[in-house]
Amino acid sequence: MTTQEPSLEQYRVKLGKLEALTEKPTHYCQGCEHGELTRLIASAIENLGIRERTVMMDSVGCSALAFDYFNIDHVQSPHGRAPAIATGLKRVRPNLVVYTVQGDGDAMAIGMLEIMYAAIRGEPISVFLVNNAIFGMTGGQMAPTTLEGQITTTTPYGRDIHFTGAPIDASRLISTIDGSAYVRRVSLAVSEIETARGRSYSIKNILEAKQAVENAFKVQMMGGFSFVECLSSCWVNWKLPIMEAKRFVNERLIKQYPLGTYKDKFGIEKK
Amino acid sequence: MTERVYMKGNEALAYGALKAKLNAYFAYPITPSSEIPETLAKEFGSEEYRDLKVFLQAASELEAINMVLGAAAGGVRAMTATSSPGFSLKQEALSYAAGMELPLVVVNINRGGPGLGNIAPEQGDYFQMTKGGGHGSYHLIVLAPNSVQEMASFPKIAFDLAFKYRNPVCIAGDAFTGQLKEDIVFPSIEATEYDISSWAVTGAKDRERHVINSINLDPEVHSKHVTHLDEKYRTIQQNEVRYESHLTDEAETVVAAFGIASRICKSVVNKLRQGGSKIGLFRPITLWPFPYDEVRKLTEHAKQFLVVELNTGQMVEDVRLGVEGRAVVKFFGKVGGLLPTEREIENRLESLAGKAIAA
Repeated sequence: MTTQEPSLEQYRVKLGKLEALTEKPTHYCQGCEHGELTRLIASAIENLGIRERTVMMDSVGCSALAFDYFNIDHVQSPHGRAPAIATGLKRVRPNLVVYTVQGDGDAMAIGMLEIMYAAIRGEPISVFLVNNAIFGMTGGQMAPTTLEGQITTTTPYGRDIHFTGAPIDASRLISTIDGSAYVRRVSLAVSEIETARGRSYSIKNILEAKQAVENAFKVQMMGGFSFVECLSSCWVNWKLPIMEAKRFVNERLIKQYPLGTYKDKFGIEKK
Repeated sequence: MTERVYMKGNEALAYGALKAKLNAYFAYPITPSSEIPETLAKEFGSEEYRDLKVFLQAASELEAINMVLGAAAGGVRAMTATSSPGFSLKQEALSYAAGMELPLVVVNINRGGPGLGNIAPEQGDYFQMTKGGGHGSYHLIVLAPNSVQEMASFPKIAFDLAFKYRNPVCIAGDAFTGQLKEDIVFPSIEATEYDISSWAVTGAKDRERHVINSINLDPEVHSKHVTHLDEKYRTIQQNEVRYESHLTDEAETVVAAFGIASRICKSVVNKLRQGGSKIGLFRPITLWPFPYDEVRKLTEHAKQFLVVELNTGQMVEDVRLGVEGRAVVKFFGKVGGLLPTEREIENRLESLAGKAIAA
């Protein structure tokens, strides 16, 4: 796969201390894209100058400990309920910018009702869904997004969709709801590229994700429900080497879950 | 301002909450509690109750209570109401709210159970309301009104307690106190302003960030958190016990009941006192903290207790804990929506007296 390398200027944006982050190192596994997303959200908060009015809903799963990393106010949520908590807070304090970071198990299994109804009502909140096709924190069980045939600890012979139903396309689903304003699917996994100097890695995906995260906040501040699904790897539970796991995201997950803008009611990407 | 009105318990509770400056209500309909959201929906946006900034009907009991958690985290007076099957669904979030130390009010208009049961009055949720109900070591503060008058005045007390201790408070009504219509004088309610500056989630502007959660992976740290909660509960037990002690001075027999059952028992006690019996009524108003000490004090003269409940025997266990074996404790319960008649209670008291003499 070849792609245009990002400019040095684009790369620079990502360096340095961010005011929206604490000094605490994250607990995320080496190679996990939760780290990238943390950085992207923090830099979007900084770029938009909204740190002092942004609140994160910590979910249950790998993002449960994110209150240690974002230097902003936090409210914890029971498993799957973050969009409901966010709704309650946003309704009583409409000037806040409120977001959730949820896993695919959290949002698409136990929390399906909460995310769907937040979208149906068009709550002005932002949901960042980390889709790694597995329950990560609990040790690699089948998630609603697990691919057909994929081996997990609860589908040890591969996911048989005749018994479990087919994988859920979260972005397509949310985009069909009238109340949603911005729906975008991105990949957080770096992709391999061939350069004149040999094999290297492109962060094009991540730069696109960065734009999507900023757009999500902007759409929220314009009064819309925004949803960014971030395809990610989970090499620990997929039982693959880190770079093979990232390749799996960009070659296999992307086929099931194509990247792109599924909805842009306010035309934010053209602005 | 005192106005005489004739209204249902559920409506009185809604107006009591409005007069206590309710800011946000999150609804999910369930019989026999639905007049509460219906009344608030009607008043939402009215000039008189401008403090009610949010009325929102959720898609489930879970969504409603979690919205309450989010609003409470924002430091406002947030409430929801439900009835038994719905109250079961609230337990997860109430455990979180206790762990996160969120001030909120949840109303449970107790109906028949277990399961779908029926929509008639019961007091079968006593254990669930007073012993935790959800996972982990925590308590709700539980207030049990026995009249439409108290349905009107308890929301203000509930919010004061919730914010004073940063703990969820449950108003424990039943299908009678909810549906009963009575002539009441609306209390003049002066809403309290609460200091939320040290914890509420309002955006980390010119201050350290506020983190509201209940997760501590380090056992030492979590132990400290749960111990802190426990110390808070002990303080509540010391300071916030409420009860009504009616004609219990020198009483040899004490009838103990809460909620609607206490109204019937009171009639029986009044009648028997007139007949010369040394009998009194003890009514816990806070079901948690339960008035154990007051029950124990009653055993200085009371030789026998009859506990009357609309269940198969729940509060009777707390009465026994308070009595500590110093007196005979008997139970009389009615379930399924049936109420004990005065005659039935008198019969029980007669047989209790007989047994005590025989013993």
